[in-house]
Amino acid sequence: MSVSALRTESPGAASPRGPQASSRRRNANRAHRREAAFGWLMISLSALTILVFTAAPIVFTFVLSFFSWDIISPPEFVGLQNFVHLSSDTAVIHSFGVTALLAVLIVVLQIVIGLAMAILVQQRVSTWARSIFRTAFFLPLLVSAASISIVFSYLFDDHFGVINYYLQVLGLPQMQWLSSPGGATATIVIVAVWQQLGFVFILFVAALGSLPKDVLEAVSIDGSGPIRTFFSIKLPLISPTIFFASVIGLINAMQIFDQPYVMTKGGPGDATTTTVMLIYRTAFQNIQFGYGSAISVVLFVVLLAITGLQFYISRKWVFYS
Amino acid sequence: MSTATKTQAGVAGAPRLRGSHVVTRKVWRGVGLVLLIIIAATFVLPILWTVSTSLRTPAESFSNPPQWFPLAPVWSNYSAVFEQVPLATFFLNSVIVTGLIVVLQLITSTMSGYAFALVRFRGKGAVFAMVLATMMVPAQTTIIPIFILIRYLGLSDNLWSLVVPAIGGAFGTFLMRQYFLQMPGELAEAGRVDGASNFQIFSRIYVPIALPPMATLAVLNFSAYWNEFFRPLIFLQSTNNFTLPVGLVSLQGNFGTGSISIVLAGVVVALIPSIAIFLLAQRYFVEGITAGSFR
Repeated sequence: MSVSALRTESPGAASPRGPQASSRRRNANRAHRREAAFGWLMISLSALTILVFTAAPIVFTFVLSFFSWDIISPPEFVGLQNFVHLSSDTAVIHSFGVTALLAVLIVVLQIVIGLAMAILVQQRVSTWARSIFRTAFFLPLLVSAASISIVFSYLFDDHFGVINYYLQVLGLPQMQWLSSPGGATATIVIVAVWQQLGFVFILFVAALGSLPKDVLEAVSIDGSGPIRTFFSIKLPLISPTIFFASVIGLINAMQIFDQPYVMTKGGPGDATTTTVMLIYRTAFQNIQFGYGSAISVVLFVVLLAITGLQFYISRKWVFYS
Repeated sequence: MSTATKTQAGVAGAPRLRGSHVVTRKVWRGVGLVLLIIIAATFVLPILWTVSTSLRTPAESFSNPPQWFPLAPVWSNYSAVFEQVPLATFFLNSVIVTGLIVVLQLITSTMSGYAFALVRFRGKGAVFAMVLATMMVPAQTTIIPIFILIRYLGLSDNLWSLVVPAIGGAFGTFLMRQYFLQMPGELAEAGRVDGASNFQIFSRIYVPIALPPMATLAVLNFSAYWNEFFRPLIFLQSTNNFTLPVGLVSLQGNFGTGSISIVLAGVVVALIPSIAIFLLAQRYFVEGITAGSFR
């Protein structure tokens, strides 16, 4: 009781004198120390698991990338050999190309369609319609990417798939969805966009909903049409959200694994073998932990560079009010 | 398009343009509604197809045209998926793993988020910087050392291999800290005057008012770990330890030439808890998604 009561008055007090004051200061110190110990205790579990299972593995990945290791025999230091090998390994270079193509297509489509949907929903004022659409767009986010990839691999099957059936009914040419390189790429993009669109959509609905009403009213009184208002007023105002969605989207899409693993196994050939799929194969199927780590390091650095670049570019076009 | 050019031209003819505006706006709205319905349909139809095909007979499940509404539902696929494959085991494994992670992270993130926001102690800036830095780290790039660590801890092919690395979460810590930062520090002072200990101030004063962000964290983590595929695929080897996503994908292989309706019944079973939680806590899902986006 007394300790805590004294503690509240001590911090601001200007150097009090006398034996009472020094014991008061000692009590205050003790309370501070107790609070510090309490703070460390409170963060210990989180900090420890994050340190051991996230921070240390980053360092460990870098270290491993200088070794050759099959987990059975002891690791062997090989210097930069993994990276030298990697720089001329067509499988690695190709996987980065595949991943970049998928990621750019996914992110651009997500943002364009997600923004279009948010604008459309904004204009339909009735709230019941809005909540129905919101639930519909949200539904795919609840399904695991693995499950949804199973579903879409049936829907897009070349022979008995529903998509090709309806293309035929409409008199359109049937597509080789999963058995041709272009078709497999398109299918993976469709599945990824379909699944994550709800996320982008909700971000944009929130951003459009928080635009300053007085500005929009003033603009509409000035006689600006809806299209012009959108491009010269709304778009700049929501540019931070577009930026956020593109950074998060690109980082996620560059790590794409579940959809190609389930739907195409990286094929046909290596047309949809993404970098993470290659890391998975190298490390966990060919048991090359050192080389797998070297590819991970390159992916890590590429992702870091993309994020940095996006932040740099954003200074030119993102408008923070 | 024409609207934009007209507006640019017309200062003088403003009243006439107003009228045409109303008409074009109505047309735009009609077009917009049709577009919206089409987009919403493309979102719902694959899931509708999944449910209705899971209720067709295995023999019919391949045949086109698809049946969009299960007029004569065949429920036997649902018993088949439990009898022919260990779906109940997959389900239980998913419940154990997801449940443990959600509860443990709720405890650790609330504690650490509170301490980072409201407790004064030296060194917390540095530790929080580490937490923030790891939030940016792509999980897939550190999977090899984590796998090795799991092996050395003797947790390979064990459900704990999924739980232990996820006891603490950088995102959860960050989310809870942001929330506690908005709370008044005077509440703690009042508690101290009343003689409450540091932990009592946390557990009796701050936790009760932090329940909404805790719910947000819980639903987001549920969704993430219930649907997780990458780590379980790598850490688990025996079928009896599979969680639902890994189990369902392994099922796809077994039934690749047989029936898709049984596989789809499994997909529907896996989806039911997610939809139930979404319907119960829709608000927290939406809040969680928007939480990260505003500086």
